[in-house]
Amino acid sequence: MTSLWVGIVIMIVGCFALKYAGLSVPERVLDHPTTKRAADLIPVALLGALIAVQVFADDGSLRIDARLLGLVVAGVLLSLRVPFLPVVFAAALVAALVRLL
Amino acid sequence: MTTDRSVIVDSLGVGLATGAYGVSFGAISTTSGLDVLQTCVLSLLVFTGASQFAFIGIIASGGNPVTGALTAVLLGSRNLFYGLSLAQRLNLKGAQRLASAHFVIDESTAMAVTRENTRQSRLGFYWTGISIFILWNLMTFVGALAGEKIGDPQTYGLDAAVGAAFLGLLWPRLTSWHARLVALFGAAVALGLVPLTAAGLPIILGGGAAVVLGMLWRPKAAA
Repeated sequence: MTSLWVGIVIMIVGCFALKYAGLSVPERVLDHPTTKRAADLIPVALLGALIAVQVFADDGSLRIDARLLGLVVAGVLLSLRVPFLPVVFAAALVAALVRLL
Repeated sequence: MTTDRSVIVDSLGVGLATGAYGVSFGAISTTSGLDVLQTCVLSLLVFTGASQFAFIGIIASGGNPVTGALTAVLLGSRNLFYGLSLAQRLNLKGAQRLASAHFVIDESTAMAVTRENTRQSRLGFYWTGISIFILWNLMTFVGALAGEKIGDPQTYGLDAAVGAAFLGLLWPRLTSWHARLVALFGAAVALGLVPLTAAGLPIILGGGAAVVLGMLWRPKAAA
């Protein structure tokens, strides 16, 4: 329990510091093409890794189950421009229904 | 010429749509092992959705909270760059910057930087940021209570909802083949590491490897 709070405090301090620093530092400090490229790539790379682990990992091994079907459904709906919340609900619903079968 | 009124209406629309998905965060968080207070503290004081989802995702998979927090902060690094482009447009003084920083997120930035003048940039930023903040927190609380009742995340497919939420956050960024390949590479490295490392680490290592790849490999057309 306590270690969860440690993580939460790190996030509170770290995330606020980044937001505040952005508003405060002179733009030229970070205005470099390489820095900007890295800033664009970080969320893409991390979210890719997060999706993979969330969908396939199961206690240190890989497993294919209803989560993958949920992801496929989400991908199809997103490509049809369905908004975020219905996509998330649909993915959960499909996974839950498949498990009932 | 955009009127102030239409800036506010657009901002509220984005605010309602985005704030509503606080319910999915709240429900997934309490089924991932956080309590209602911890869940609400995250939404109130961290207030950057992708980072919050990353943290609970790593906790749910059995990862160390510190690894989870570092991944979340790294994911929050984009807010630093949002702040840079907002600083010139909002033109804020010292204390105003301190009071406004919390509302620097994807959506408030998007609704501010496209405006023609400081006044409308500020309208877009605050109306979007504050409306999301209010609704995101209310809906987090509602979701957190519901999640406590649900208990096991598999019951309603909430474990599948997390992957879908991440895909929803990633989707608008997949505008080039370069971005798609970086995301896929991050996913592949992370999966390769799952059997080999402690939970949580595959994400930060896979993501890190993919950033390096993306920096080294530049498509000719995008020079």
